[in-house]
Amino acid sequence: MSTPHAAAPTDDRAGRPDGPHVMTTASPKVAIILGVVTLLLAAVVAFGSQTGDTTFRLSTRRDLAQLPDVTVPANATAWVAIVLMALATAEAVRRYLARTKVPLWLPAAYGVVAMIGFLAWAAAGATLPVIGLLAGALALAVPLVFGALGGVLGERVGVVNIAIDGQLLAGAFAAALVGSLLGSAWAGLIGAMLAGALVGLVLGVFAISYFVDQVIVGVVLNVLIIGLTSFMFSQVLAPNAATLNSPPRLGPVSVPLLGEIPVIGPILFRQSVVVYLLYVAVAVVTWSLYRTRWGLRVRAVGEHPQAADTVGINVLRTRYRTLLIAGATAGAGGAFYTLVSVSQFNREMTGGAGYIALAAVIFGKWDPIRATLAALLFGFASNLQGVLSVIGSPVPSEFMLMLPYVVTVFAVAGLVGRSRPPAAVGTPYRKG
Amino acid sequence: MSRPEDQPTGAGSQGIPGPTDRTAGTSTATGQAATPPPSEDRWREAVRAITTGNGLVALLSVLLAVAIGSLLILVTDDAVRETSGYVFSRPGDFFSAAGQAISGAYGSLFRGSIYNSRGADFASQIRPLTETLKFAGPLIMAGLGVGLTFRAGMFNIGGRGQMLLAGAAAGWVGINVDLPFPLHLAAAVLAGMVAGAFWAGIAGVLKARTGAHEVIVTIMLNYVGFYLVFYALSRQSLLQAPGSINPKSLPMQDSAILPDLLGDRFNLHLGFVLALVAVAVVWWVLNRSALGFRFRAVGANPHAARTAGIDVGRTYVLAMLISGALVGLAGANQILGTATSGVTVDLDAGIGFDAITVALLGRSHPLGILGAGLLFGAFKAGGFSMQASEGIPVDIVLVIQSLIVLFIAAPPLVRAMFRLPAQEAK
Repeated sequence: MSTPHAAAPTDDRAGRPDGPHVMTTASPKVAIILGVVTLLLAAVVAFGSQTGDTTFRLSTRRDLAQLPDVTVPANATAWVAIVLMALATAEAVRRYLARTKVPLWLPAAYGVVAMIGFLAWAAAGATLPVIGLLAGALALAVPLVFGALGGVLGERVGVVNIAIDGQLLAGAFAAALVGSLLGSAWAGLIGAMLAGALVGLVLGVFAISYFVDQVIVGVVLNVLIIGLTSFMFSQVLAPNAATLNSPPRLGPVSVPLLGEIPVIGPILFRQSVVVYLLYVAVAVVTWSLYRTRWGLRVRAVGEHPQAADTVGINVLRTRYRTLLIAGATAGAGGAFYTLVSVSQFNREMTGGAGYIALAAVIFGKWDPIRATLAALLFGFASNLQGVLSVIGSPVPSEFMLMLPYVVTVFAVAGLVGRSRPPAAVGTPYRKG
Repeated sequence: MSRPEDQPTGAGSQGIPGPTDRTAGTSTATGQAATPPPSEDRWREAVRAITTGNGLVALLSVLLAVAIGSLLILVTDDAVRETSGYVFSRPGDFFSAAGQAISGAYGSLFRGSIYNSRGADFASQIRPLTETLKFAGPLIMAGLGVGLTFRAGMFNIGGRGQMLLAGAAAGWVGINVDLPFPLHLAAAVLAGMVAGAFWAGIAGVLKARTGAHEVIVTIMLNYVGFYLVFYALSRQSLLQAPGSINPKSLPMQDSAILPDLLGDRFNLHLGFVLALVAVAVVWWVLNRSALGFRFRAVGANPHAARTAGIDVGRTYVLAMLISGALVGLAGANQILGTATSGVTVDLDAGIGFDAITVALLGRSHPLGILGAGLLFGAFKAGGFSMQASEGIPVDIVLVIQSLIVLFIAAPPLVRAMFRLPAQEAK
């Protein structure tokens, strides 16, 4: 955005979060944010000086290749990290002054260094299980990533998918019920996808065929699914828990060879089948959205349905079909709750994860890969506060938990980077 | 501003019960045209869907939702399921079991919300009605807040966070400030309204300044508010009761509690009167003040409003501030009237989200919201008695509520289901 932030044109088109904006490459935002974070960490470390060493444990007992624990002095490591962060900030400032684009690796490397410095400081005097921290973060992020993929698909075809939470919850419920009835976790997974697709279909009927406001349908559908699943849980599932609410569990499966890679193996390749399905889903959604005829049509319908219709694309059919796929994807994420995390359904067990997934969609700028990364970041933030509260840390856990939401507010306010939704999102298409 | 005489004479067949139902927002926005042109703007679509449905569709929507709810109760009822196994050999058993399940459910719903025919004396017979009014109070307040943003073309989903912050602020004043009775109460209520307005105002300012979508911002602020209040409730220096390890504050001082309206035997407190006052004030603001005219103008068409010289951004901020204050009033009502034993993170009791359905059912019209709030208040009061006496989970109320709103939002669907003629050609 070329205009300074304060003079940003106010958006008068209610309903469209963003108007078209001129995009330029040079922006002081990255430099400003890096600088602010560096100062924050410096202030935190300076005022809350820690003594002792921090140990990073890099391998688990089951690993073939045992890596030694890394022990570093807490305060010194934090200060080294702060110096490196200051250098990265300086580089960002230099690039801004030279009007060249800040490459993506700079903030990424900055983030890693900042995290190591922060962890070394926060976990002083304790041992930090790095593998457990990251693997746990991935596990927490799985439903978020599935939900975010469902959200990206829905919004890319022009339908606001606020019903992600309902799709996750319906998926979790169906997975528990079908899995218990048929005694097969795979049947549960398919049941979850069907349930998610069903919610997507209902969203479609109201939003596409009856032109009801998509945000309203989404919010109301979420409430409806909470009510339905809680009602069925108390009336049917809970009294017959042994037969109706004890689905078989999909335990972790180690991938041969890949699972033995130090550090990466235990994090990525000793997970449940659902997680492997997630890798496939991210790849397939990204590839088909950008590299197939179907994906081109989806994006065309989401950006300019009239134009798509003119060249012979059936807008309504494309929207319905994509919403069904989006619902099934989010539903599969719901299955993670009841088939992997705990093997039983509970009322409102998603705890509003669908709304975090929605945040990931926006934070990830409606791109499947970036939305996945955003969801992973949110998973990491929530697992980090869990780990830190176990080992005892000076940062109140509430503020760690708050982080994803605050970051999202900043993101939509355009402070982190202007995010532009698909042009036709939220607009029902009336032919003629 | 609502000028029914402006309507073309042919519009009499629209089936709109009376001129009061026709909100001024649509008549000023579309002028005298009975057939507004198709609009690309989804908020206008939403507002129109809310405002131009007719009473028959609303009634049928309620009936449909209740019918589906009944079906759910039947399917999950043990006696009904047993008898359905031999429905063809002895249909009488099946139908009597079904009848019992349904009449039991709605009988207890009625006894829990309107009039308890089994009460020993008049006071206990009429008590359910006062419970309904008690539950309706905050629903009406928060519903007015959400409805107001609808009229200005926005959507405030942040009721939960706003109520929590408001409850915490009102609670803090109610616990820690020493003042005589009416002043203390007023100060606590005011603190709650200011806190709610502040929390909603963030979304308004961000929308006006950066174009950030208020739906996303208010959803996110719900969570931020939750963790903020939770943090305050787990620190003795802020709100947590001294010596306690639970995330709960001390109870309110007596001087800050909303007084009971009908004496100690009933839970109904002054909050319901405040809700009625809020209805009157919002009605006046929307229909009789210049500010309300700006709200409706911006909600109907922000481009036209800007051309006419209205500061659209400022209107967004003001609408969110007033909306947050109303939702905050509901939060203060909870902590100072309904649950005075102390601030918790559950103090919103789902009202923040229920308010959306109330505003939708009431078509964002203050009087409609009053009616919708009373209906959902009755559902709430009756739902709890249904759970207690018939063992039917209170969640069925959520199902029926959300179905009502879904059907009301899609009049063509309801018309098609009942084979009603389409309203008028769009």
